[in-house]
Amino acid sequence: MATTTKTKGNKGAFLKLVSSGRGLFSIAILVGLIGLAFLVNLGVVGFDPTAQTPADRLLAPNSTYWFGTDQFGRDIFSRVMSGVGSSSLISVVAVTIAAVFGTLIGLFGGFYRGAVDLVGTGVTNILFAFPPLLLALTLASVLDRNWFTVAVAIGIVYVPIFARVTRGPVLSLREIEFVKAARSTGMGSLGIMFRHVLPNISSVAIIQIALSLSWAVLTEAALSFLGLGSPPPAPSLGSMIYEARTLVLIAPWTLYAPGAVIVTFVVALNLLGDSVRDILDPRSREVSN
Amino acid sequence: MAAILRSSVLRKMAGALATLFGVAVFVFFMLRAIPGDQISASLGTEAAGLTEAQRQALVEYYGIDQPLTTQFFSWLANLFAGDLGFSVRAQQPVLDLTVAALPVTFQLAVFAILLALIIGVPIGMLSASAPKKARDFLGQTVSLLGLSIPAFLLATTLLTFFAVNLGFNPNGLGYKTLFEDPVVNLQQMFLPSLVLGFGISAPIIRTTRAAVLEIRGQDFIRTARAKGITVQRIQFRHILRNALIPIVTMTGLQFGYLLGGAVVVEQIFSLPGIGRQVLMGIQQKEYALVQSTVLVIAASFVIINLLTDLLYRAIDPRVRAE
Repeated sequence: MATTTKTKGNKGAFLKLVSSGRGLFSIAILVGLIGLAFLVNLGVVGFDPTAQTPADRLLAPNSTYWFGTDQFGRDIFSRVMSGVGSSSLISVVAVTIAAVFGTLIGLFGGFYRGAVDLVGTGVTNILFAFPPLLLALTLASVLDRNWFTVAVAIGIVYVPIFARVTRGPVLSLREIEFVKAARSTGMGSLGIMFRHVLPNISSVAIIQIALSLSWAVLTEAALSFLGLGSPPPAPSLGSMIYEARTLVLIAPWTLYAPGAVIVTFVVALNLLGDSVRDILDPRSREVSN
Repeated sequence: MAAILRSSVLRKMAGALATLFGVAVFVFFMLRAIPGDQISASLGTEAAGLTEAQRQALVEYYGIDQPLTTQFFSWLANLFAGDLGFSVRAQQPVLDLTVAALPVTFQLAVFAILLALIIGVPIGMLSASAPKKARDFLGQTVSLLGLSIPAFLLATTLLTFFAVNLGFNPNGLGYKTLFEDPVVNLQQMFLPSLVLGFGISAPIIRTTRAAVLEIRGQDFIRTARAKGITVQRIQFRHILRNALIPIVTMTGLQFGYLLGGAVVVEQIFSLPGIGRQVLMGIQQKEYALVQSTVLVIAASFVIINLLTDLLYRAIDPRVRAE
């Protein structure tokens, strides 16, 4: 299938991504949101997300506070954007952990078969036996709580997906002529795996990375909604929505601002995921066209 | 033939059992990673006031002085004997709590799945009937929103809207089971299952659409059309029947998602289900409760996946032949 996909093919894919309307649209939204997060965190735009101004409590959106203020007089715009920033960081780290460990499990298991594979699929099956959010929140509850452990908890949940989607292609790749040819030239197993097999499963892994990001953002938000995310006062979209439940009647913007931003953020990530999949996986393109 | 079928079913069941054992090991050691021991976890600051003799008695009661493997196997043996532990806060055995909570979550999951199928299958078919046209765009938008709106946001918004604007808040009263008060129960289940059902209608829309598009292009559909079978009959007898296979698989997979997603929704709508039980255990640091409840949920998930697999064989003869 994807025997000729090399770095060059992925570069071409990036061009295809920005030239497709959906891909460009999603990238524009993501760049905009993450750019604003950077500007807020650098102090260029908005206010300090944790600074309290009691005199300005629960103000409706206005020219100073674009999204209004919360019950402590904190600027909601700055908090929302800063929340987008931390949620992006956690999600990217989580998906990286999942991609690296999952792909390695799939690669080694599919390549060596036998006992290695048995252990790999065993671990995969065990992690798959948990409803994703349940596993994430149990892990988050046992780990010492900071942004990195939240990322680890979310990452572990997604390891099996990467292991499963990469193992299949590896199983068929190891029987393909050029891999056999590499072996006959005396190349070692590790060399073959990383030089010949890994580049050929990269598109499968990239598709999965793109599809996983939106899920990681949603999980992070759900964890912080349940009080198991990064500890306060660090702004997080989930905990902002949790706090807004009791304020929504007197200050609806406390709910709608973070709500609208998280939906926009996740919509953009989902569109990005779909675009990447359509470009890198010709089979899905056939079906979706 | 039947023997082969039975042996592959048996193999599946053996695999599921092995997985469950691994799950038990994983859950047990995951919760041992928590700093501190069971005593300070369940007593909190009161643990500091224990005399040496009291502490020793508790250490023996919880079996903390035993090696971890001994603790693990005695936990497992207790589980098989129906002893899931005791909840200090609730002053009730975990088994009783679980038996009361499981049906709540199960009912919620079934309702959510039904709503998701009612929303998802027609929209998916409608989407597939005119690819790239307005109705397809509409279907794709619904599924994109279903994937992108967090359940906790939708739940919070709906709860507030219905309570404030319509004065409808059946979940504000105590929970009633279906047998105690069917009318109140159905009202209490309505919004939570709508929230969860909307979320999982998205993958169902996508699966239905993709399956219908794929099957529509196959030769036997053309043959059926050439035979003069009406479009409607082809739509339901030929296309939908075949599309059911991926839809059933997706539905089974979503059931597991529901067991996890239920945590958030049960919490918001105050439904005393299994997800809320885990969350309360975590919040109150009752790790014996968390440990057994998480295992029960994972076991239900494994069993549901096994059943989906068997159902899948019943629908698709090709799988049996393999």
